[in-house]
Amino acid sequence: MGILEVKDVNKRFGGLQALGDVNLSVAENSVHAIIGPNGAGKSTLLNCLVGKLIPDTGSVMFDGQSVLGRSPHEINQMGISRVFQTPEIFGDLSVMENMMIPCFASRDGSFRLHAVENMMNEKDIVEKAEAMLEDMNMIDKRHMHANSMSRGDKRRMEIGMCLAQEPRLLLLDEPTAGMARADTNNTIDLLKQISDERDITIAIIEHDMHVVFSLAQRITVLAQGTPLVEDTPENIKGHPKVREAYLGETQVA
Amino acid sequence: MLGLNKNDLTLLAIVAVLTLFAPFILNPFPADSAMAQFNAGYPDLMQRFIIFGIFAIGFNILFGLTGYLSFGHAAFLGVGSYASVWMFKLLSYNVVPAILLAVIVAGLFSVLIGYVSLRRSGIYFSILTLAFAQMSFALAYSVLSNPRFNLTNGETGLQVYKNDPQIFHGENMQDFPHFFGIYMNSTHTMNVGAWSFDFNAGYYLCAIVMILAFYLSIRIFRSPFGMMLRAIKSNQTRMSYTGLNPRPHTLAAFVISGMYAGLAGGLMAAMDPLAGAERMQWTASGEVVLMTILGGTGTLIGPVLGAGFIKYFENIFSKINDTILHQWFAFLPDGIEDFVVFIIHPFIGKGWHLTLGILFMLVVVFLPGGLVEGGQRIGKWIKSRGKSDDSTASTEPAE
Repeated sequence: MGILEVKDVNKRFGGLQALGDVNLSVAENSVHAIIGPNGAGKSTLLNCLVGKLIPDTGSVMFDGQSVLGRSPHEINQMGISRVFQTPEIFGDLSVMENMMIPCFASRDGSFRLHAVENMMNEKDIVEKAEAMLEDMNMIDKRHMHANSMSRGDKRRMEIGMCLAQEPRLLLLDEPTAGMARADTNNTIDLLKQISDERDITIAIIEHDMHVVFSLAQRITVLAQGTPLVEDTPENIKGHPKVREAYLGETQVA
Repeated sequence: MLGLNKNDLTLLAIVAVLTLFAPFILNPFPADSAMAQFNAGYPDLMQRFIIFGIFAIGFNILFGLTGYLSFGHAAFLGVGSYASVWMFKLLSYNVVPAILLAVIVAGLFSVLIGYVSLRRSGIYFSILTLAFAQMSFALAYSVLSNPRFNLTNGETGLQVYKNDPQIFHGENMQDFPHFFGIYMNSTHTMNVGAWSFDFNAGYYLCAIVMILAFYLSIRIFRSPFGMMLRAIKSNQTRMSYTGLNPRPHTLAAFVISGMYAGLAGGLMAAMDPLAGAERMQWTASGEVVLMTILGGTGTLIGPVLGAGFIKYFENIFSKINDTILHQWFAFLPDGIEDFVVFIIHPFIGKGWHLTLGILFMLVVVFLPGGLVEGGQRIGKWIKSRGKSDDSTASTEPAE
């Protein structure tokens, strides 16, 4: 049994079968990549996992509990954090505040009205946020306006914000999309380090084969909404079906 | 001190000093001089500054922090006023229970409206609140004032009559709101040379309440809750994917700002024991939006400045009439004098809205951050001037 079990999930948008009988099992503390050509249903699948979409049929179990019908913030509180394709951060807030918010969320739950306390007096939160900024190598940027940072830094901070919640499953939606090669390599190193040092499962959707093959321990290939194969990177590379459906059409890095 | 950092404490001290010494500050011209009409230091107007200041401070907690633009906040002001007058009618003219009930009733009312309206955001939220406020206005104006069940007394407005119960009203008490015997309309006038300063009990009650309200708003702005509200404004998607439920946060902000509006409504009734449905009309809701934007949305002091600015100009421009204009321009030749008065005429008296509209446009176009941004720019300019006087060589470019 994996930490995330997706069974017979179907999702239709009008006449389009976006997901057809998707079965997926993500083992605990592994790095699992989901790849596939454009329109294969990768993002739809991810949206079904985090509560943004509800599948028409099938079940999604996280750690033995169903996530279906729960709203995104409830699923997040269960231990699933998501990193978006374009970094979703609190752009109008400072870097430190960005990091403090997830710390509050993991300490106090989805809502607590602490309306008159001074937030800088919450020592445990401040320490935790600072420690996480230290880990992410951005402690010197703590007073910066989040929107004024580079894309790579925003991505780094977003990953840090997700980790600050101590999730058990981290979902990444094309984390290196639109990044320069140097930034991409930094992100790969960061994710490797996270997966080595922490008790965390990582599921990653990615286009860039370089990223996939340097990180993943298992790979699922989606095509036209259905899983084609699931195997280790070595086997996937030479798989004829995959070559035909996907790798044959793209440049392998 | 008081759980505030140095900057916030300074700001609070400035506001406290300005409000407590307002009777002096707002009366800079001698009482019988020609400039006396620009004085604003009389009780009625000062009370309005403060009350609308409280209203705008509360509105800013919702609009400034979360970005949810409510177009129906006057409904809470009106509800607060009605609740207070009912306390005057039933209990006594003491303002304490009246103001407390005003806050509570406005709070409950805003839970109801907020719960429904906050299911939508953006323009739909604004329209929903506007619709609720107009419904409340219609209810107060006609539906709830029939002979069998008269809650609001319709277009006459709710007021206290001789045959009302007033069960705690003492034998020899005056028929006017009081704070444990201090009547709200009692005024002490101090004459210093040609100047005359009015110290009004009602004004000082409002002033103290506003300082407390302002202090509370600073605490909310600096609290984790305040940060969450700014996070909602900044990125609601990230908010829910960080495990935070935006809805109770926005509802709490909505109710807090509704209670501020109720407090303002209660104080309004305490200064003049009368409540009319027109207080709930959409123009009143629009006014507080203007005040907040004019002063500086999302800043602490902005709404207070905006409220003072609008109420001052409303008062001054509506007071000036053609006779006064003729006096001012008497030095011009007759024909030109008439022409100048003719040009200015539409902008004064009943036309003061026109002037205010122009001022509002100028502020929004040239100072998008409101009066606060204007103040900051002046501050920077003075600073950079000081710097260049000291060492002309090292002038840094302004941002």
